[in-house]
Amino acid sequence: MILDGKCPSGPLADKWDNHRRDLKLVNPANKRKYTILVVGTGLAGASAAATLAELGYNVEAFCYQDSPRRAHSIAAQGGINAAKNYPNDGDSIFRLFHDTIKGGDFRAREANVYRLAQISNNIIDQCVAQGVPFARDYAGYLENRSFGGAQVSRTFFARGQTGQQLLLGAYQAFSRQVQAGKIRVHARTEMLDLVVVDGEAKGITVRDLVTGEIRCHAGDAVVLASGGYVNVYNLSTNAMGSSVTAAWRAHKKGAYFANPCYTQIHPTCIPVTGDHQSKLTLMSESLRNDGRIWVPKNKGDQRPAQQIPEDERDYYLERKYPSFGNLAPRDIASRAAKQACDAGLGVGSGRGVYLDFTDAIERLGEDTIRARYGNLFDMYQRITGENAYQQPMRIYPALHYAMGGLWVDYNLQSNLPGLFVLGEANFSDHGANRLGASALMQGLADGYFIAPYTIADYLARTEPGKASSKDDEFRDSAAQVEGLTNKLLAVNGRKTVNDFHRELGHIMWEDVGMARSEESLRNALEKIPALREEFWNNVRVPGNGADLNQELEKAGRVADYLEFGELLARDALNRDESCGGHFRVEHQTEDGEAVRKDDQYSYVAAWEYGGTGKTPQLHKEPLTFENIELAVRSYK
Amino acid sequence: MNLTLHVWRQQGPEDKGRLERYQAKDVSPDMSFLEMLDEVNEELIKEGREPIVFDHDCREGICGTCSQVINGQPHGPQAETTVCQLHMREFKDGDEIYIEPWRARAFPVVKDLIVDRTAMDRIIEAGGYVSVNTGGVADANAILIPKADADTAMDAAECIGCGACVAACPNGSAMLFVSAKVGQLAKLPQGRPEAARRVCAMTETMLDQGFGNCSNHYECEAACPKGISVKFISMLNREYFKALPKLKGNKDA
Repeated sequence: MILDGKCPSGPLADKWDNHRRDLKLVNPANKRKYTILVVGTGLAGASAAATLAELGYNVEAFCYQDSPRRAHSIAAQGGINAAKNYPNDGDSIFRLFHDTIKGGDFRAREANVYRLAQISNNIIDQCVAQGVPFARDYAGYLENRSFGGAQVSRTFFARGQTGQQLLLGAYQAFSRQVQAGKIRVHARTEMLDLVVVDGEAKGITVRDLVTGEIRCHAGDAVVLASGGYVNVYNLSTNAMGSSVTAAWRAHKKGAYFANPCYTQIHPTCIPVTGDHQSKLTLMSESLRNDGRIWVPKNKGDQRPAQQIPEDERDYYLERKYPSFGNLAPRDIASRAAKQACDAGLGVGSGRGVYLDFTDAIERLGEDTIRARYGNLFDMYQRITGENAYQQPMRIYPALHYAMGGLWVDYNLQSNLPGLFVLGEANFSDHGANRLGASALMQGLADGYFIAPYTIADYLARTEPGKASSKDDEFRDSAAQVEGLTNKLLAVNGRKTVNDFHRELGHIMWEDVGMARSEESLRNALEKIPALREEFWNNVRVPGNGADLNQELEKAGRVADYLEFGELLARDALNRDESCGGHFRVEHQTEDGEAVRKDDQYSYVAAWEYGGTGKTPQLHKEPLTFENIELAVRSYK
Repeated sequence: MNLTLHVWRQQGPEDKGRLERYQAKDVSPDMSFLEMLDEVNEELIKEGREPIVFDHDCREGICGTCSQVINGQPHGPQAETTVCQLHMREFKDGDEIYIEPWRARAFPVVKDLIVDRTAMDRIIEAGGYVSVNTGGVADANAILIPKADADTAMDAAECIGCGACVAACPNGSAMLFVSAKVGQLAKLPQGRPEAARRVCAMTETMLDQGFGNCSNHYECEAACPKGISVKFISMLNREYFKALPKLKGNKDA
């Protein structure tokens, strides 16, 4: 089936304005008759919930954390892009749009990305009005810096805690609506099923993580803003509780999953130290503004970094990409680090490259570097025990962000009417690779400025209160969730949930990681179902379901990853080209650059669930480029 | 290294709770404190015992979820470090470690090391925001803010809302937490018009929720993983006294 993204026609710059003019409105007196269920309270979820409540709708918000303020958006360090052109260095909406499309290797929708670039400016205005303390210069104006994939300084930041400040801004707007009685918060509550009534999303089934109670909630529309899925790799920079569960359960109820093979590997993480490791920590990409990346030129050079002379160092990014240098985009910088390490030039454990501030400290002084990145240097020291002012940091790529997600049209509505998907949980704006500082932008654009308009258009066509949690569909859903919980508890095998997660992560990283081949993918497609079968025969989940049971929570999430990982590998096998975060070794130039096949793969791959272990059905949404010329990405 | 742990186990809010003893074997100095507990839990599960329940999420020191008192100190012995960022190289072979949940009247224990901190959400709901609707605001550079003020606001805004300040305070006061939000918004022009109402509502809610008042022990500052300064408590007090005359007989001011 050919999918329709429903992008409005007409000139690019007018599409969103024209579309908004055509969207239906809900009368203010009628808004309070509608209830919207928002799952996830990160940047996208909290901003959507706050804005929808301001408009007058009733909002029920759900998160697995103890408070909405702890959603994982809080961990984003670097910044948020906008096309303000305050530094007068040639930025514009079109340039931000162009950089994003190119950065995503021409695998994103033009209309969505242009709208994102337009809205970026409103986001900064909104956040400043909320009291987000962005960095300022001595005249009181906002300061900017640059990020990977761009030659202009368009990134707004609040020290190394931009995600935290933006999330707290949204959380505060959200809290104001809680006080006003327009939002009801359900914290420590996990969505475990989507309820579909007559083909439309009308509710969710959740588990209260404290009491274990399984409950159903009915609403007039469901907003999924539940984040990304890269914890399928076990080790990633995501929070421990981040999972695919909400999205996957919606997928099993009919929502298409798009481009799952697009996963972002971030170049600047602290390297792994051992098997005990539970989590990887990212060092902000902004470090690449002043840090220089290098490896020794000679294999097995064991000397401390300071004793390796200049002419025996390879500043490989500056050498290969002279115009972008250390600020090459994430996929390119990650792959270059892997190539260096695979060639035996890695430092530390062999899985690491240097990020060196010696030159910057000489040029600017240690105080300036401390003012810019002090908290990151402190964090690095706590984790590694090394002082990066005196010796270079060691970094290695790690899984960081999901560009794939549930399929949505231009209105951010999935193929199931009434199910809207925002932020990292949808697939729409980043293509095959996300540029730095654009995830925060997308989450807030979706939540503050897009979904509130487009949901109204859906609600205006529906009668309020059509579904009730007493309906059969809800009863069936609750029974199904209850059954799954009991099944997990009944296995009583010998291996822990973490054992299975580590094994799955190992398969994913080795066979579906930074570089994939037909052979490795076929290998993964054999190993994952076998591991899944073992899981259901040999996992041990202690305790019971009527209590706070963290092992049970994890078990449900890993069970979903054991299904989802297979889809991810299948999508990667289907996409027989290299693009962005998806690199097939069969398709590369002599010097290791990705080779796309635009004539065959210029489409969004949207998968329809066919049953566990059964082949899903592929639907394609063709991508057309009217305003940008498809070109080979070059950062040389 | 090998360690002996004494861990607070409590089935639920009504349970009395007690310290139980566990052995942590072959601990690597590169492990984080939580990874050490993960390993202990893996052993417990394999032995058919219930794992120790604790709160954690980002494991990067920013979400504020982790909440353990280690040897009497919230977030443990290392200054300006959350539990998740505390590494085992801070401990020695043979150490005995006592692990307890946050202790404060406003934070009832949910289970083992997990406490309920929603009282802090209610303080923010009472007024910890700028009342602005989405859309229709001025250009960001139309509001000029002196760099010193923006920096001070950011110093306060760094608060991660973990509640270590409350756990460290002999009065179970949330003053440092409240002052961080009041201080941030008081330094910015956007926050001014409703400053008086904000400080009164947040302070009142703090007391209603069962937190104590400040009596200048400064334990909060010492425990804060983000190094929030007690100078914000002075700022909170100034804001409060400025607000009082404005609010007399006029709750809506």
